[in-house]
Amino acid sequence: MAFVSIRDLKVSFDGVQVLHGIGLDIGRGEAVGLVGESGCGKSVTWLAALSLLPAKARISGSVRIDGQELIGAPGPEIEKVRGARIAMIFQDPSSSLNPVQRVGKQIMESLRLHRGLKGAMARTEAIRLMNMVGIPSAETRVDLYPHEFSGGQCQRIMIAMALAGQPDLLIADEPTTALDATIQAQILDLLSTIRRETGMAMVFISHDLGAVSAVCDRAAVMYAGKIVESNEITALFAAPRHPYTVGLLDAIPELDVTRARLQPIKGTVPDPKYLPTGCAFAPRCTHATDFCTTDQPELKRQPDSGLLACFHPAGRYKTETLTRREELV
Amino acid sequence: MLNFILSRMARAVMTLVMVMSFAFIVMRLSGDPATILLGPDAPQDAIDAFRARWGLDDPLWKQYLAYIAQIFTFDFGISMRDQMPALDIVLERIPATLAITLPAMILKLGIGIPAGVYAALHRESIADRGVITLSIFGFTIPSFVLALVLVLIFSVQLGWLPSGGQDSWQHAILPIVTLSVGGIGIMARFSRSAMIEVLGQPYIRTAMAKGLSWRDVVWKHALPNASVPIVTLVGFMVGALIAGAAVVESIFSWPGVGRLIVSSVANRDLAVVQCLLLVIASSMVAANLLVDIAYGLLDPRLRSKRSAH
Repeated sequence: MAFVSIRDLKVSFDGVQVLHGIGLDIGRGEAVGLVGESGCGKSVTWLAALSLLPAKARISGSVRIDGQELIGAPGPEIEKVRGARIAMIFQDPSSSLNPVQRVGKQIMESLRLHRGLKGAMARTEAIRLMNMVGIPSAETRVDLYPHEFSGGQCQRIMIAMALAGQPDLLIADEPTTALDATIQAQILDLLSTIRRETGMAMVFISHDLGAVSAVCDRAAVMYAGKIVESNEITALFAAPRHPYTVGLLDAIPELDVTRARLQPIKGTVPDPKYLPTGCAFAPRCTHATDFCTTDQPELKRQPDSGLLACFHPAGRYKTETLTRREELV
Repeated sequence: MLNFILSRMARAVMTLVMVMSFAFIVMRLSGDPATILLGPDAPQDAIDAFRARWGLDDPLWKQYLAYIAQIFTFDFGISMRDQMPALDIVLERIPATLAITLPAMILKLGIGIPAGVYAALHRESIADRGVITLSIFGFTIPSFVLALVLVLIFSVQLGWLPSGGQDSWQHAILPIVTLSVGGIGIMARFSRSAMIEVLGQPYIRTAMAKGLSWRDVVWKHALPNASVPIVTLVGFMVGALIAGAAVVESIFSWPGVGRLIVSSVANRDLAVVQCLLLVIASSMVAANLLVDIAYGLLDPRLRSKRSAH
């Protein structure tokens, strides 16, 4: 059985549904990417799972961790899961740390909470964690405030804080989006290393398929509150099936093809208030037929074990795009 | 830190000199003390003697320089009316004013802040709406109206409390209540919005994702951050403690600083008015300085900005 299993998770705000029945399994030690444009519900899925959404959010469905149901569980039970079993790091590291508290104190708070460490022992462990995530001279910097660190270092501290609870699963919600490219690569490396060393599972939320491929074994592509395709990373890159996945891959710059113009996906993500009746991607899809605008495709298991929700899966599209690129050269 | 305080002190002295200059000019423009103090029917030679005695015949610039020089030697002049040192007259009134403004301040903070924080934590609830409604009522009702309504109910109708004077502690109750109502409303509204702002910050989500109980999230992460803007408002209130309450003191015949302002302005008692303004401005400036220091203690970002200067 999967370690974390999400079934038919639905979320709505003020009557507007933003998550339309998410199903996802995370195995022990597995790294899964969750990919899609802003507003497609990647973060909401996990904020809902941990009851971190504002009170007005209506949540239904099921999220189980080792069989324990989280949706509708009482506050104290959720608090025991947060940080201890499932930890989360966020997009904007600088504002995700409490600005008026020393970073060491913030890490020690997690150590006290989840491992009962206090005083000098907590401090020593906090310094060890800061060293582990690559903060130079942690012994002296443990007493500094968040604004005295760079964005990348703040994200490292966030990771140290998440590791303090020795979680089984780390949710990394766009952890590198606010950071510049070189720092981004360092943080990705750090996450991979830590996962290897601790054996914890990871969900990596990003709009950047490239970043996801660097740290994940498997990825699920989300669009307008649904998973539209999921597969092993290698299979997903080699043979994307959903036209949206194809579009995302085309938007990654390639080093071996010189001066190729990137192919944007035309149009924008639909407003959750006015979703199309058929496939939500149909208005932007170049291969949509009448059928796509009236009926919703279900997420179905494919022969190669991937999952896909599309009436007209791509197969040839990728090669066609490549031909277009070659013409540009 | 020391540098910071010294530069602030220098600025404070500048502020005080500007306040004093302004007071000097306005008082000279707004009427002749001789005719007001001696009456419109006073004989000309009495008026001339009075003007000579207080140096009112000198050219304005000469009077001004003499006045500023006096202040820097801590000589605040003599009251034209009582022939006593102006500073003594002012200082004598301060305890009475503090006797009502201090308890009022405690009520403002003690009721206003918890009410605002509670409302923010229970947003959109009946309690929240109640706090908003009451606070709007509190700070929109003019103090003279509230004072008269309170007198009407508690003195005239029920006969529970005296309507004026300073003979017992019961006399202080109505002035204190009148003074605190508006402040409680402002404090509640301000604390509510400060707290709502903080609760929407990403670090609150981090604290929750960490596994802290809601109680710890509020006490350890939300309140320390919300206290920064709240301290600003507290600073204003501390600064206004001595300036007191001209209207409320007048209505309840409370012999404090506020009433002294009204009577000495009416009498054109120049030295007393100027001394009052200096004392009030000093307390405001001191309160601001305290707020600035408190900022540094509460928010490390401001502290390092200062040491960088």
